[in-house]
Amino acid sequence: MTATRSAPERTPAVPRRPVRTLRTAVGADPARGVFVALALTLVIGWLVVALDGGQLLNQSSVVSLLHVATGLGLVAAGQTLVILGGSLDLSVGYVVSLSTLVAAETMNGSDSRITPAVLLVLAVSVAIGLVNGVLVATVGINAFIATLGVGLLLKGYLENGYDGPAGSTAPTLVQTLGYQRVGPVPVAFLLFLGVAAAIWFALRRTRYGHHLVAVGGDPDVARLSGVRNDRVLILSHVLCALCAGLAGIYLASRLGSGAPRVGVESFYDLESIAAVVLGGAALAGGRGGVAGTVGGVLLLATVDSVFNQLEVDAFFKQVVRGVIIIAAVALYARRRHRRHRERTGAPS
Amino acid sequence: MVTIRSETTESDGDLPLLELRGITKAFLDVRVLDGVDLDLRRGEVHAVVGENGAGKSTLMKIISGVYPPDGGSVEFDGTPVSFRSPRQAQSAGIGIIHQEFNLLPERTVAENVFLGHEPLRRGLVDKRAMLRRTAELLDAVGETSFPPTARVGQLGVARQQVVEIVKALALDARLLIMDEPTAALADHEVELLYALVRRLQERGIGILYVSHRLVEVFDLSSRITVLKDGHRVTTAPTAETSHDQLVRHMVGRELAHYYPPRAEADRIGEVRLSVRDGANNRLRGIDLDLRAGEVLGVAGLQGSGRSALARAIFGAAPFTSGEVRLDGRPVRLRTARSAIRAGIAYLTEDRKGEGIAAGQSVLDNALLAGRAVFPRWAGRAARTVRIRDLLAAVDVRAAGDQQEIRFLSGGNQQKVVLARWLSLTPRILLFDEPTRGIDVGAKSAIHDLVRRLARDGAAVLMISSELPELLGMSDRIVVMRDGTIAGELPARATEEDVMGLATGADRAESR
Ligand SMILES: Nc1ncnc2c1ncn2[C@@H]1O[C@H](COP(=O)(O)OP(=O)(O)OP(=O)(O)O)[C@@H](O)[C@H]1O
Ligand SMILES: [Mg+2]
Repeated sequence: MTATRSAPERTPAVPRRPVRTLRTAVGADPARGVFVALALTLVIGWLVVALDGGQLLNQSSVVSLLHVATGLGLVAAGQTLVILGGSLDLSVGYVVSLSTLVAAETMNGSDSRITPAVLLVLAVSVAIGLVNGVLVATVGINAFIATLGVGLLLKGYLENGYDGPAGSTAPTLVQTLGYQRVGPVPVAFLLFLGVAAAIWFALRRTRYGHHLVAVGGDPDVARLSGVRNDRVLILSHVLCALCAGLAGIYLASRLGSGAPRVGVESFYDLESIAAVVLGGAALAGGRGGVAGTVGGVLLLATVDSVFNQLEVDAFFKQVVRGVIIIAAVALYARRRHRRHRERTGAPS
Repeated sequence: MVTIRSETTESDGDLPLLELRGITKAFLDVRVLDGVDLDLRRGEVHAVVGENGAGKSTLMKIISGVYPPDGGSVEFDGTPVSFRSPRQAQSAGIGIIHQEFNLLPERTVAENVFLGHEPLRRGLVDKRAMLRRTAELLDAVGETSFPPTARVGQLGVARQQVVEIVKALALDARLLIMDEPTAALADHEVELLYALVRRLQERGIGILYVSHRLVEVFDLSSRITVLKDGHRVTTAPTAETSHDQLVRHMVGRELAHYYPPRAEADRIGEVRLSVRDGANNRLRGIDLDLRAGEVLGVAGLQGSGRSALARAIFGAAPFTSGEVRLDGRPVRLRTARSAIRAGIAYLTEDRKGEGIAAGQSVLDNALLAGRAVFPRWAGRAARTVRIRDLLAAVDVRAAGDQQEIRFLSGGNQQKVVLARWLSLTPRILLFDEPTRGIDVGAKSAIHDLVRRLARDGAAVLMISSELPELLGMSDRIVVMRDGTIAGELPARATEEDVMGLATGADRAESR
């Protein structure tokens, strides 16, 4: 709506600019950044391990790297959704543990009960996700508190009922989901990639995806534009819990039984959030994507693998992970700052 | 979503499209609307005017389902309705251009325009249709300077305003509410909006038009409703209303608006700020002198670099080459903080994005810059007293100075931000659209204030898209085009002079 229409040849020099800034904006896609970081980590890790006399990328360590990535990845893929929506889920670790138990105990070593067991796990996950979602979106409790509370509830149940592995996973599931591979790639990892691809597609091509990013970006804008914020958030929490449930089934297949502490011992709650943030998502919501999360997960799994091969102690490992996460977020922040400057220098 | 293109214009032309009876609304015991009646016919433009805080936006939000009314009834298209969410109002066929932008800066224009009602194809979002229709709509409003794939955050305020308009049009509504749609547009850009409004009118769409620019109200509307303190003062046909009458209804007293007298030549003093050959990625070859005691107007089309100039001087997006001198001494202002310390104030045009801290109180917002930059400036108590005086001087209407600023009406928020900068008694003031969204009464108060500051020795640089204001206030006008200063005009310039320089028409003729 400028006067430039009546006087096209006198158009101010502006029209060219938005196009150029658009390109720089795309170039600044954080998802790409995390894959660059991943490549660098692989190269450096390979070198360091080689100097140490080992080999980072031999078959067995690649396999175990991908297994680590699968468990964390399934959880983080779901976590991406809630974080995009401006929420977060701290109960995922307990949902994972609970799911391994539900799966293994229902199957009780029998192949014929795989289907009911899987369905039950998914149902339980949906229920927990619903509770989380309703507490956050309808009741309006801060997501941190609400999901922590639900997590503690589950924790109480798990600690009360179990003090060690229980149940037994169906052998077929153990063979396939737990151990079967295509070359060095575990079938379960393909499952994770499938889930990630589905989420990627949902974010780009469904109304739900568009609405979710809007709710996370600015809840008021979303609401005034006709988005039903509460539904979108509840659905995201349900999907997040479902992903955690899938991770539980996978881990039950891997371990052969239900493990009441596996989710907590793997720090799935905080690690999944870290992976999402490493992937370039904003914790405040509205920005990020599942491709970045896949990169973040692989990055964390690679670091893990390098340290395992170097046999450094657990404490040092945590320190380095902390440094990586802080460095990554600082980098993103810098880039955003630059982009902001670009904008504010822009049209009057 | 209902997409009935209303072809029913004649069949039930007598039945109003919208009928409000006795609408009442209170926030925390403060009555904002009190028994307001209003009706709107198909194809009619009905203007709603009133002072800042009169309740215009609140009324529009009730119609569009943002707030439920406390009392009264709403009939839309002959049936009583009570929308519980904007979504319901939208699907009934009511669209609104909100006074404050409702856009997601991280998303593209097309994604913003269709947010909440993305077109589907086989259950999936049809991106191609989205892009195509956005392009069509942009075209329909005469906007060709950015593609539907541009990120909204990259656009300037005027262009965001266009996106906001297009977003409302995409709903294909039967009732369109426009709450200050032109506040961010320059006079000549408003023309295109006029054409659009008339086209919508012909299609039988009813339009509620809220504006402080009374010229627009007279140009467009067939009836005018005046609100004052939440009451309806009058509804009258535009043809039977005079400008002065309207102002009297709004303000409740006679208001002869004339601009304060300009500076006499001998009151204009030393050069306070000078820029030589200033440039950055938006600007080039800027040569500018700003003198104590003068009001220097800056004109130009959107995108010509007016705001970029103010931001460069203020250090928000600094010059990357050239020389800046303050009182004759070379300085390098690279942050807002250093500029404020040097005695420069900058009132941004982007109120929602950069002007206010939404969750904080009126008082905290007004004290923000002073506290941040001059922690020991005056005593705390003295400062607060001073701010309260200023808030009263610009006539801020709020429930109290502890009220969160986001609950204030748009115009009142603007006044608070103005008070913030005035409180620092800056020596150089950069005002980017200082009276945007401000009612006629408060506007002349602000004009007086600005002039008084200049008389007391401050140097004022004022950007305004409202040419009459610019011509009335300035001692001198520089016109920008293509990121540089195209020329300078004396106080008695005409609108044609300014537009000639702004569009480059002068140059084109001599070619
Ligand atoms: N959500 C809210 N909570 C509390 N008070 C509110 C809220 N929204 C509006 N108000 C108050 O209602 C009054 C009317 O505000 P409204 O935004 O309707 O005014 P307006 O006529 O649109 O003014 P302007 O011309 O400045 O836009 C103001 O005093 C404002 O402070
Ligand atoms: Mg308003």
